Amino acid sequence: MTGKGGGHEWPLYEVFIRSRQGLNHVHAGSIHASDPEMALQNARDVYTRRNEGVSLWVVPSTAITASAPCDREALFDPAGDKVYRHPTFYDVPDDVEHL
Amino acid sequence: MSRSAARCTGTKAAGAPALFQYCLRLGDNALVLGHRLSEWSSRAPTLEIDIALSNLALDLIGQARMLLSYAGEAEGAGRDEDALAYHRDVLDFRNVLLVEQPNGDFAHTIARHVFYAVCARAMYEALCQSRDTTLAAIAAKAVKEMTYHERYAGEWLVRLGDGTRESRTRAQAAIDRLWPLTGELFETDQVENELSARGIVPDMSGLQPLWRARIEEILARATLARPEECPMLSGGRSGHHGEHLGHLLAELQYLPRAYPGAVW
Repeated sequence: MTGKGGGHEWPLYEVFIRSRQGLNHVHAGSIHASDPEMALQNARDVYTRRNEGVSLWVVPSTAITASAPCDREALFDPAGDKVYRHPTFYDVPDDVEHL
Repeated sequence: MSRSAARCTGTKAAGAPALFQYCLRLGDNALVLGHRLSEWSSRAPTLEIDIALSNLALDLIGQARMLLSYAGEAEGAGRDEDALAYHRDVLDFRNVLLVEQPNGDFAHTIARHVFYAVCARAMYEALCQSRDTTLAAIAAKAVKEMTYHERYAGEWLVRLGDGTRESRTRAQAAIDRLWPLTGELFETDQVENELSARGIVPDMSGLQPLWRARIEEILARATLARPEECPMLSGGRSGHHGEHLGHLLAELQYLPRAYPGAVW
């Protein structure tokens, strides 16, 4: 552990937490770790200290392919004027909850 | 220190002196090791390890609070967790020598923790079946924590042993140095025999083969050598501590002694 740079020589992992059963895993942040098992332990110790989760995923950051900020207009603006894609043109029955 | 059973009432109190001694041993182990780990705060090799070691320390301090509170109750002399933690001197501490060892390098801290956590997990697992409902409840909480401690420290030891030449050398040195202190974890005496005969605590000597097997499994994965059989050191549980515990207590106990009754 005397190596220069410490943990910053370790690869980066993205951390996803499921806060309750039935909910999706949500991105929480990232941590450094030597390998996937240690990444899981580090994620547990850094991100679930206050009852945040019931399940964890860790993914090598290099496995993520991200959209480029400069593509934002081409990728996302075309959806802006298509309100008919939103499911807002229905009458919701009174008994349906959680909408 | 009053150990008069006559002052106690209720069925639990019948074995109070033994129960008091037993809770003190477990509580002191957790308190001293928890304090040792807290010494890493802000100094650990990486941010992730810093937070992890602080988490482990807090688990242990939490266990110490429950055990020392219950020790005070069993003693029946009006001492609470704070009185026992902050107002006893070194000769009255009942922790094993292993947990008071200085942190040394990271490998040393991890080796110490593997030895302790594997033992504590097995012990609390058995203690969950205690006829004493308070001890069983404390054990039920602690066993979950110690299961993670064993996993965390065990996985680290594997990586240090099976890592670089430097980490391997340090890990083996730590294992060799601490090995003679592991026998004390499984010593039994009249206090434990009495409680174990009544189904209140597990027989530690019976847990030793389990500990051995688990440690050998971890060492094998870590490609580290198990030390040769050697004479074991002991004395901590009867108050014969090494030179280091006094320094630890000086820091641990400074504030409540310098400012009695301080609150914040």
